[in-house]
Amino acid sequence: MRPVTDTTAPVATERGTSPRQPITQTIRIRLREPARARNIELVLLLLAIVVAVGAIVLVQLGVNGRTDDGMILLASLPPALALLIHVALRVVARDADPFLVPIGTALNGLGIAMIYRIGLADGAEGWDNSGVRQIVWTLLAMVAALATILVLRNHRVLLRYRFIAMFVGIGLLLLPMLPFFEAVNGARVWIQIGPFNFQPGELAKIALAVFFAGYLVTARDSLSLVGRRVLGLRLPRARDLGPILVVFAASMAVLVFQRDLGTSLLYFGLFLVMIYVATGRASWIVLGLVLFFGGAIVASQTLEYVNGRFTAWLSPFDPALYDERGGSYQLVQGLFGLGNGGLVGSGLGEGRPDLTPLAESDYIMSAMGEELGLVGVFAILALYLLMVSRGFRIGFTGQDDFGRLLGVGLSFVIALQVFIVIGGVTRVIPLTGLTTPFLAAGGSSLLANWIIVAILLRLSDSVRSAPRLVVE
Amino acid sequence: MNKELRRVSIVVLLMFVALFVSTSIIQVMQADALKADGRNTRTLFESYSAERGPILVDGQAVAESQPVDDEYMFQRSYPGGELYAPITGYFTLNQGNAGLEGELNDYLSGSANEQFFDQLNAIITGQDPKGAAVELTIDPVIQQAAWDALGDQQGSVVAIDPATGGILAMVSKPSFDPNLFAVRDTEQVISTYNQLLEDPNDPLINRATNKFYFPGSVFKVLMAAAALEHGIRPEDEVPNPARLTLPDSTNEIGNSEGGSCGGGETASLATALRLSCNIPFAQFGQQLGYEAINETAEAFGFGQEFGIPTPVTASEFPEPDSEAFLMLQSFGQGEDRVTPLQIAMISAAVANDGVLMQPTLVEEIVSPDLEVLQPFEPQELSEPMSPENADTLTQMMVEGVANGAASNATIAGVDVAGKTGTAENGGDDPYTLWFTGFAPADDPQVAIAVVVENGGGLGQSAFGNQVAAPIARQVLEAVLNR
Repeated sequence: MRPVTDTTAPVATERGTSPRQPITQTIRIRLREPARARNIELVLLLLAIVVAVGAIVLVQLGVNGRTDDGMILLASLPPALALLIHVALRVVARDADPFLVPIGTALNGLGIAMIYRIGLADGAEGWDNSGVRQIVWTLLAMVAALATILVLRNHRVLLRYRFIAMFVGIGLLLLPMLPFFEAVNGARVWIQIGPFNFQPGELAKIALAVFFAGYLVTARDSLSLVGRRVLGLRLPRARDLGPILVVFAASMAVLVFQRDLGTSLLYFGLFLVMIYVATGRASWIVLGLVLFFGGAIVASQTLEYVNGRFTAWLSPFDPALYDERGGSYQLVQGLFGLGNGGLVGSGLGEGRPDLTPLAESDYIMSAMGEELGLVGVFAILALYLLMVSRGFRIGFTGQDDFGRLLGVGLSFVIALQVFIVIGGVTRVIPLTGLTTPFLAAGGSSLLANWIIVAILLRLSDSVRSAPRLVVE
Repeated sequence: MNKELRRVSIVVLLMFVALFVSTSIIQVMQADALKADGRNTRTLFESYSAERGPILVDGQAVAESQPVDDEYMFQRSYPGGELYAPITGYFTLNQGNAGLEGELNDYLSGSANEQFFDQLNAIITGQDPKGAAVELTIDPVIQQAAWDALGDQQGSVVAIDPATGGILAMVSKPSFDPNLFAVRDTEQVISTYNQLLEDPNDPLINRATNKFYFPGSVFKVLMAAAALEHGIRPEDEVPNPARLTLPDSTNEIGNSEGGSCGGGETASLATALRLSCNIPFAQFGQQLGYEAINETAEAFGFGQEFGIPTPVTASEFPEPDSEAFLMLQSFGQGEDRVTPLQIAMISAAVANDGVLMQPTLVEEIVSPDLEVLQPFEPQELSEPMSPENADTLTQMMVEGVANGAASNATIAGVDVAGKTGTAENGGDDPYTLWFTGFAPADDPQVAIAVVVENGGGLGQSAFGNQVAAPIARQVLEAVLNR
């Protein structure tokens, strides 16, 4: 957008005779810009494709010592679809952020390679290999993202559906608690439909982010200005508080009945950050943290599984805890994996990430650390950070508050999820089961995260295509 | 809204910083500790699939890996067998490692820090990583001589080069065949292990470094050193009764031959050492006091755990409850506990002009591209004696072999310095028979300790001079004939 000031200089002499000229000029230059963003995206996307396909080839060489053309072809389908998204963006969202699709493609590709690699170590080929299933899910997720970009031409329509989003979100969240779905690994977060396992909570985070953004944009004035002061905190009116209590109750229900600390933490954290950004009141953070940690402490005392996570976190190497069923065995195996990876890692296909239980889902970061080393871990974390920062950029530069809040909320949810799961694996916080966005095996997670990317793309396009510069 | 956003951005940034830090701590700072954890099966799988380096004695492998056509790619074997088992230990798939195989696992498997660039090179060039070779200080001829000399006896022989601390021979009998552990079948490994563990003769223990014995009279070398270092001269005398009642006690002690120490009203330190008399040493101990003796004992290595690099149990000279116990400890009974290596170290320090060198089994560790990773330069541990006192003590020990209680260690044409020991194990238990010394006395090439358990099969009727000294002589001859 900067060239405007440069190009106004030569025409300045004509300003006296034709004052409208600079504005016309501005529009002409602005139209040239989208191609630049898309060209950057194309270059980055090609890099990401090299990473994604290269990882599969390295895995095959590392594990089997030879390549498998069929699998390479299959693994090339998601990058091809990413290119299709790129082409679609050139047409319908030319100003969209150029980093999001390449980052998603690279992370997704690395994830596929690692899941495929762990499947190979277990001797799984074809459809039995969850890497192949992950590719299929990726294709579905990318199609969903493409559809979102094509259908959702203006994010503001979402504002209208905020309460529907709330009911959908809570409904999805509580769905696995229906009696005909069984608990998996002690947590009731999955539903099984035919051969597919689905984690509705992953999609619920989008619905809830939409609801929070919509609700807060409309209710923030009353939330931040009306209410009584109690003990130095400004408490909102009961009718403003209602939805907040509903969300708190839902997230505690998830914690208690679904035995899923991570999801509960994720939603609550998301809500707190969004309400803080919307109202600017730190008291909300205080209130929220008190409520959550109060709940968590009660839970850790009364719920055995939460308590177990705490003790395993504090002293994982304790032999008794290590041997205990549901103890720290997995956590320690993950640490062993990371430790063996060291600085540069064993190389793809050369380590033993399959020794860690659930290495393809909750512990995929430990598998990455083992085979790609600290260098690879840093690169992956940097990719996440970049993606999140692009989302925050929407928050900083967007024009409408709903869009800004939604952009911040969706990108914060990625950041928080990365922190909760990788922080759990690396003992920053107690371990809670969540999927690592884009990397971990799981269709619902991929679907949700690619839809988030689609919404962020749409939001960023509206930021860039807003005619801000005309006023200059 | 932007102010709040900035704050949230900072929180997000801090969250990521926490992850950058936590992964760095785990993958860099804690990496070695995590690799060393016995529960980390990755380390074992890794070291199995890499070509594990050999353990060499004079260039010949006593433990090596050969390529085989299965998922582990290499098979460990031990050409050194029982002879070297206490040194090499064994390497199993996932049931733990022993000896040097365990202690130097990082080097042998190629995962030590010094081998970082080799690993990197291997990753880049696509070659399989190789472990480093460990060359031992052991001399195969002396090792074999010690093994043969010990014959069917249970016990141990340790021979050290006094000037460098390099261990020339280290035998422990009965031993085991480490090839039994180099199998794929975990069940078989466990059953082999349990079988050896339950064997009452403890074949899995390296007696040279990890079994406690009463030192008996070989402790008198240390006592004589303590006496010399604390102002007592060889000619200084104490009363010479045939029986002595210990203070505040009804217990009587006697000399091993029953009578007084070579006759006469008094006995000198030199005579007491030459004839190995208990009563004079009990009195010298009483004169010196615990602190003085312990000072010398610690300078010789007592009370300190160390590695050669396999861990060596620390020998003990604990503070006695009473003067009576101090007097018992002064001739190697009571609460004294020693390893054969410790006794050999005492002789080695006397031989080396009073300077104790760090004993070691490892000559050097060499990477596959022949770069020396660890040279193991001779390292001084302490100076328990002055050169003059060491010289004096050497003369006293030479007398012990030439005209005293250690006569069976005599070698024609060479001055041997030596001391025997016959330790009581209480009750009717057979004696523990000892010899320690070095040769030649004027230019020591080897210091030795020999221990024979179960009275050499002769119960309580045998003496160190009768059983242990001839074994030592054969080993010393092997060194002198090199």
